[in-house]
Order: sequence, then C-alpha cells, then structure tokens
Amino acid sequence: MKILYFAWMRQRIGASSEDIDLPDSVNTVDGLVDWLISRGDGYAQAFAKRGVIRAAVNQEYVQFDHAVANGDEIAFFPPVTGG
Amino acid sequence: MIRVQEEDFDIGAELAALSAGDTSIGGVASFAGLVRDMAPIDGTVREITTMTLEHYPGMTEKKLVAIEAEANDRWPLAASLIIHRYGTLAPGDQIVLVACASVHRQAAFDACQFLMDWLKTDAPFWKLEDTDAGGVWVDTRDSDGKAKLRWANKPDPAS
Repeated sequence: MKILYFAWMRQRIGASSEDIDLPDSVNTVDGLVDWLISRGDGYAQAFAKRGVIRAAVNQEYVQFDHAVANGDEIAFFPPVTGG
Repeated sequence: MIRVQEEDFDIGAELAALSAGDTSIGGVASFAGLVRDMAPIDGTVREITTMTLEHYPGMTEKKLVAIEAEANDRWPLAASLIIHRYGTLAPGDQIVLVACASVHRQAAFDACQFLMDWLKTDAPFWKLEDTDAGGVWVDTRDSDGKAKLRWANKPDPAS
C-alpha cells in the first residue's frame, strides 16, 4: 500500500510518501491511522487532531470508516486551501 | 479544459483562445486569483514574502475535471477553463484562472463563481505563506464552506 502525506502532515511525519505492508488486522482508514500512530511520535503529532484531517483512497475523498486494502493509494492531508 | 502548471499564464491569450471559433458565444466571464502581500496570522497582520502551493498530482487533475464537468452539467456553457498553478509564487503573482463562455452572461457569471467556490473546498491544494515570522500553512476559512453551500441546489433549467 502506498501512503501519501501533504502539507503539515508531510512535515510532521518527515516523508511525502511511503510503501507499507498492511497488517491483516487493519481494514479501515481509522484502523490504519491507529496503526500509524503506534509507529512513532511524528505520526502521533501528525494525527493528533484526527477530526481535522482528510483522507482519500485511490484519489477519492472518503470518511474514516472507509475500507482499505493492500494495493490502495491512501492520502492524508489537512483541509484544502487552494484557489 | 483544465491545466495544473508551474508556469504563469496570459489571461488575455487564454480568454481569446476560449471563445475563438465560436461566434454563438455572447460573453466570457472570468476570475483570476492573485497572491496577497499581507495576511493575518494568529491575530497579527504579517507581510508575505512568498507563497508556496503544494498539490496532490493525479487527484488534483481528477477533481478539477469533475468540478468542471459539474459546472457544464448545471449551466449551458460553450467553453470553460480552469488553470491552477503550484510552486513558489510572489505577491502579485497569478495563482488561478477560471473562465466560462456562454450565449448569455448569467450562466457565465454563475458558473465562474461555482467553479471557484467548489475548487476552494474540493481541489487538493495547500498554501504555505512565508513571512518574517517563518512559514505558516494557510487555514481553511468558514466562509469557503458557506460559499460552496449556496450551490447545494442546482439552478432551475428554465431560468
């Protein structure tokens, strides 16, 4: 699974993307966030305000109860501010 | 048409190209967004030295195509255009251009506002403002969400 991070999430985690093998126990965006937070302080800081963060699975916005699977492209980012 | 690019654009040339060859077009409405030189950051108005726009390549183009399609579904447009830049820009630089051409002006005006309101909340771009106090990520504005809500109902096709 490919995970992408943007804006201040990228800065806090210290990477713009990473490839991971999804543990069998993780099958939703929420579960993935819990698992990422357990990996270190940068993740914990980046996901501290979980309610603010947006997620996209395969480049479509999703809610955090959305399913995830190995092979998906998942992105986490703050609310968008273009225009 | 949508374009996501680092380079600047020429508004005059873009608008001329949009209506070229279609003499049924009665009007072209457009909006250009520019980098401001000042911004309130944590209650203090600060001078902006540069603004850096980050985006999600792939998803950005997908969302802009979808937003443009939605506008064309709602209004009778002869042509439409969204150009959005990324990279590091200076105050006064152009960030975004939306333009809509139609037989009559109302559809062109309304569709332009719709495109801007929707791309503000749906297109995956993020702005980092560099100031004398360091870099600050721009926060979303409540007014942007409200601006999008006014398009919750589709226009009456008879109007």
